[in-house]
Parts: sequence; C-alpha cells; structure tokens
Amino acid sequence: MADASYPDGLLYHPEHDWARVEGDVATFGITWYAQDSLGEVVFFEPPEVGTQTKQGEPYAEVESVKAVSDVIAPLSGEVVEVNGGLGDAPETINDDPYGEGWMVKVRLADPSETEALQDAASYQQTLS
Amino acid sequence: MPVQYVGVKQEHLSVRHDVGVFDVSHMGEIETCGRQATDLLQHLLSNDVRRLPEGGAQYSVLCREDGGVLDDLFTYRLADEVYLTVTNAANHERDLAWFQRHAAAYDVDVIDRAPEFAMLAVQGPRARAVVERLADGPLPPRFHCCQRTIAGAPMLVCGTGYTGEDGVELLLDPTCAEEVWDALIAAKVKPVGLGARDTLRLEVCYHLYGNDLMESRGPVEAGLGWCCKEETGFVGSDAVRATRAAGPAERLAAFRFTAPGIPRQGNAVVGGGEVTSGTMSPSLGVGIGMGYVPAEKAEPGTELEIDVRGKVRPAVVAKKPLYRKD
Repeated sequence: MADASYPDGLLYHPEHDWARVEGDVATFGITWYAQDSLGEVVFFEPPEVGTQTKQGEPYAEVESVKAVSDVIAPLSGEVVEVNGGLGDAPETINDDPYGEGWMVKVRLADPSETEALQDAASYQQTLS
Repeated sequence: MPVQYVGVKQEHLSVRHDVGVFDVSHMGEIETCGRQATDLLQHLLSNDVRRLPEGGAQYSVLCREDGGVLDDLFTYRLADEVYLTVTNAANHERDLAWFQRHAAAYDVDVIDRAPEFAMLAVQGPRARAVVERLADGPLPPRFHCCQRTIAGAPMLVCGTGYTGEDGVELLLDPTCAEEVWDALIAAKVKPVGLGARDTLRLEVCYHLYGNDLMESRGPVEAGLGWCCKEETGFVGSDAVRATRAAGPAERLAAFRFTAPGIPRQGNAVVGGGEVTSGTMSPSLGVGIGMGYVPAEKAEPGTELEIDVRGKVRPAVVAKKPLYRKD
C-alpha cells in the first residue's frame, strides 16, 4: 500500500472521494484515507455506463474482507466510462487510489457543484 | 486480537501455505474435576464423553432442553476425572453458569479458569515443525493434548485448531504469553488477526457461534449431528433425536457464488433462508458463505439466489468443506 498522499489538482468530497475535472468530464475515485480505512479491497462493482450520479449520493459499493461501504459521488452527472479493470483486480484501489484505481468517468451535469468541494489542503485538514 | 496485522489476504495465505499465530486469549476455559466429572460432562455435552481418552480432545455442542445450541466447544481430558473445556468468549459466563447449575447434583467442582489462561493458536503446514523446535518433547497428535515446555514456558499443547490446517493450540499462563509469542515471531511465524481467522474457518465450513449456531436452532440442522450421541441422554438429546428422525426443515448449506459479489451475514436466500456467514474466499477468489435454507435446497449442486442488498446474485450449494487441500 502506498504512503498517504493527497495530490493537488484534485477536488475532494468530505466522504473521502476525489474528482479530477477535465472539461465537462470528471474522473472519480476514493482517497488514500478511504482505502486505508477500508483495508484490502476485495470487490468493486462499477455502476453501468449511462447511470446518473448525484453529488453526495452513493453510486457504487466497495467491499473489503470485513465490510461493505458506499462510494459517494463528489459531483452529479452521467457515467460515460467505468474502470473495468477493477473487477479482476480490486486491490488496485489500494495500490494506486488516484491512478489505476479510478472508478468512473462522469459527464458533469452542473459544473458549479465543484464549488462545494475542497482542495487537497483543506481536505487534509479535516482528517487530522 | 486485532482484525489484521498486515492484511487479511496475506495473513490468510500465510496460514494456508506456511505458518501463522493467532492470539485467541479471549477464549474462555472451564475446568470440571472431581469424582463425577465424567458423569456431569456426559450429561451436558452432546458427544460421548466416556469415549474421550486421557490426553484426548473432543468436539461437542452444549444444548438447551429443546435442543437449541448454547455453544460449541472443545473438551480436553487432562486426567481421569479432570477436564478442560474451551468456550467461546461471548458465551463463557453463560456456559459457566449452566455448568454450575447442573453441577449441584454431582460430586464435582466446576471452576472458571478463563483468567488463568492465554491461548495462542499456531496453524499452518509448518506449524508443528516450528513449535516442536521450541518444545521439550514431541507434540501431541491431532485431537490429543499434553503438557510441554515451549520457549521456556510450561503449557498445555493441544492438537486442535480452527483453520483446516495442521497445527497446535497452546494454553498457558498469561504472564508467559508475550515471551512465547515473541519466540514464535522470532521463528518467522506470521501474526494473524481476526479477519483471516474468519476467512480461514469459513473456507473449511467451521461454525462460528452467533453466526451459524444459535439458541433458536439445533445441531442437526447445523450439520453437527455427527457430534451428538443421543444414547448418552445429554440435555437436549430428546429434541435432537426427534429432529434427526423427522429430518430438519432447514439445513446449513455451504455455497459459493458463480458470479461476482460477496455474500454477507443477514442476506436473504431467495425463496427462503438466510446467509449466516459470508466473505470473499482468499484461496478460491470467489464469494463464499453458509446459510440456513429449506432442507431440499441444501443438496450440493442446487442453484441458489442470494439477495445482496437488493441485488440478486447466483450461487451454487457446494460440498463441505468449500476449500480442500490438494
């Protein structure tokens, strides 16, 4: 498992999710803190392409050996791509939560929602 | 006992392929001794205690009059009329009270030994070799026990476990436990937590009290009829005999998922039944579980559907154990 990190340039939701916004599409994943709290992820089932996400609402589930957790959408929109690789290798979420462990790409419904999210520094302050 | 040290999967595989140690000191111990110790245990425990030799270990359940399971236990016969019974931590006080209540009619002492024992389980294909190197004599065979000094500490060594692997369980003075633990770790035994304890036992379909065993169900439906000897007249034997004769309405079935997903305790079985234990099997790489289903659905090969938080997932009943060593 990699060391704790909270890259700049991502937007963070207080439920320990991140979004990387590029134009009107954002990539979602969970933060280092979230994967560390879960422990080894053994199962991830992405939503189907075309599903709508709503800011602050669950869009997927992630399971470690002992627990099931909802994954919360940092922003609203329509799922346009899912990370199919996580089906066979869900532990990628632990190994590389901001890279290969991304979960979905979403076409944003309301870009102004990003104002409700935090930058890396403010998010990290909430963890201490 | 922590849930994990380095990670459930890694700890699980250490026990399957090498050797691990669990600190299971939370388990309770009850000593039964005196002229009628055998008689009392024969009355309380479901198995035939008279067939347990000195230095032997025997699994049984403790039943209520109506056959409901109060606990599942290993009993070690330390001497002719001296027995040590290992209880589940959550049931220890209730078991002790049950033993004491029934002991009134017997010439016997029932003593709470829980504060006097720490318990370390060393399990895995290399467990015996590692422990033997630290011991002052040979280890007891499977389902036997004997006194030994290991890493300088006197203890009861038992050829039992809860993982499906070979190994021993060590019952010792808590003040020596840290030293013995350290000696095992120095011998390259991996520490293993509660998470892997659960995945290991579920792969081999060992019951967990509170999940798969409960007061509202009897041993026959749990698949534990093999350790019930009704002819001994144990408390609950009439109910067990009746269930065995009529056939239980439900049985505890083991199953594995045939598609992605992980079953969890409390998930409903479509058409009747409930999952009592579920996890992702680190050895098999699929979701596995056990649950009570209508008896006709408990046959291996039967297809089941499990409702996992609103998503119906396909499963197939499998022969126990779910994991078998090659």
